[in-house]
Amino acid sequence: MLKYTFRRLGALIPVLIGMSILVFLIIRAIPGDPAQTILGDKASEQAVENLREQLGLNNPIYIQYFSYMKGLITGDLGTSIRTSSPISADIWPYLAATIELAFVALIIAVVIGVNAGILSAWFQNSIFDYTAMIIALIGISMPVFWLGLMEQWAFSLELGWLPSIGRESVRDPITPITHIYMIDTLIQGDFDQFVVVIKHLFLPGIALGTIPMAIFARMTRSSMLEVLRSDYIRTARAKGQKMFVIVYKHALKNAFIPILTVIGLQTGLLLGGAILTETIFSWPGIGRYIYEAIQYRDYPVIQAGILVIATIFVLINLIVDLLYAAFDPRIKY
Amino acid sequence: MNSHLLHVKELQTQFITDEGTVPAVDDVSFYVNPGEVLGIVGESGCGKSVTSLSVMGLVPSPPGKITGGEILFDGKDLTEASEKQMQKIRGNEIAMIFQEPMTSLNPVIKIGDQLIEGVRIHTDKSRKQAKEQAMDMLQKVGLSRVDELMSQYPHQLSGGMRQRVMIAMAFICEPKVLIADEPTTALDVTIQKQILNLMKQLNSEMHTAIILITHDLGVVAEMCDRVVVMYAGKIVEEATVKEIFNDPKHPYTKGLIQSVPDLRQRKDKLYSIPGNVPKPGQIKSGCVFAPRCAYAFETCGQEMPKLCSTEGSQQVRCWLYHEK
Repeated sequence: MLKYTFRRLGALIPVLIGMSILVFLIIRAIPGDPAQTILGDKASEQAVENLREQLGLNNPIYIQYFSYMKGLITGDLGTSIRTSSPISADIWPYLAATIELAFVALIIAVVIGVNAGILSAWFQNSIFDYTAMIIALIGISMPVFWLGLMEQWAFSLELGWLPSIGRESVRDPITPITHIYMIDTLIQGDFDQFVVVIKHLFLPGIALGTIPMAIFARMTRSSMLEVLRSDYIRTARAKGQKMFVIVYKHALKNAFIPILTVIGLQTGLLLGGAILTETIFSWPGIGRYIYEAIQYRDYPVIQAGILVIATIFVLINLIVDLLYAAFDPRIKY
Repeated sequence: MNSHLLHVKELQTQFITDEGTVPAVDDVSFYVNPGEVLGIVGESGCGKSVTSLSVMGLVPSPPGKITGGEILFDGKDLTEASEKQMQKIRGNEIAMIFQEPMTSLNPVIKIGDQLIEGVRIHTDKSRKQAKEQAMDMLQKVGLSRVDELMSQYPHQLSGGMRQRVMIAMAFICEPKVLIADEPTTALDVTIQKQILNLMKQLNSEMHTAIILITHDLGVVAEMCDRVVVMYAGKIVEEATVKEIFNDPKHPYTKGLIQSVPDLRQRKDKLYSIPGNVPKPGQIKSGCVFAPRCAYAFETCGQEMPKLCSTEGSQQVRCWLYHEK
């Protein structure tokens, strides 16, 4: 198991190098000159040229790449062209905001989605089954930006129950420690602020969690249906076991491997693909960070952001692979 | 009549499909007494397994449904019992083992836990007591290294060992009736013999009645006291083992016995009953066996004969014996 883990971690290196090259090249293939963007349309030719030289944009592309890689190895993600501050220090608050949001979305999606799938399979062809699957279909088809706007309209504007944007109260900001505010407020023992944080997380969490929730529900249902038809479930019933125990113990543990796979994939997507949700809810997350960097042609930030997300994505999938063994004793590493 | 331990009366189980209603089991009656071994014999698809699942209340529903008859167990009608009442009976009073030992154990739960679960469902023993009982039972079914076995998973065991575990699981609550649905079909011949001996031994030790479902007449000869022969969802003959082998009445039973190769005579060609088992519900009128029967005459194609007694306890569903 430990050997396998290290082997998998070792295999990450070529993947990450390949990814860094790809990201590096694609960004430079996009038309637009960062120096020009920074200085604006009215800047003189000379000023633009000076800035290009200063940023190293005039060097051959492989030199640019190697100096970038040299930084990466020493943990330096580069310097933002726009703010001139080191990205390694800048990026964490954004990443923390995204992690917090993705975590909430994932909890909502797993708890509701998996249970809906289980019950749909258990009571196959019942009204519950049909209703849940129709809702799941709507959930998968619903664009995040539309759902987000509807939530804001209903719960903030009309009902006024929940804040529509941001992570914290503007008038009473939170002192960051880890930048994951749920943890920070708890460390500070400030329960009122904790509630504020949860309230802010609610709407974007649902908006972000809806699609994965629908995917989990459908995946769980089909996986459970297959397992519930198997011989060992009949054996468990022949023992006189209650259906509830059969479904949640005997069947779920067997059905969980494919569910775990989609949970892993969706977690990766939640972390990287939250840009729409973050934009609608003015959530200062990594998606917005990269989005703004793209607007300013801030190459180092785009590179660093994508690389960080990709690394997280790959790591989550590694964790999922390792978790398989916990659910199925037939899988040995 | 009502003193039988398990008495199935005129059982009818149907499957409702898109192509119409299929009577998988039709007018099936039989009984077992404590300590007795009853064989239910027939070809694949004749309704043996559906009969046993009906008794357990485990017919997959939908599409399956018990549409008629009674299943009397200790005087209670199981077709009327609620799911909750059935849960108390299953595994506790009527246990079942299945054909496929390879897939009948839960692959992600330890053997020990699967056995302990059975005990704890039906008794209020502590986990420790249940564990001891489980280990005892595993020893009783002839498994060694029981300690190690308890913490192993099904995939680490051979087919024969798994079927022994299944038997241990079935007997652990000392049920009054055990339904064994082709328990040896998927096993090697040598293992088959061991498993049958084991069941026979537990049958005499615990006085458990066994309903043995099989298509293997050799198994019947070795194990059973009485035999019910099924064909296309119906009982065609019922008799003691002696009567069945010495004096089979129904042409189908005769055919079955004839198709068992005899070691003493070397024939060029093995006997087989011509034709195939009809699908349930395929034959609308007349005797279900008539199309394949060498003795069929006019009446056979028109009306289904009733099950009627001949000599002794033997009963047969055939026009050849109807008038007698």
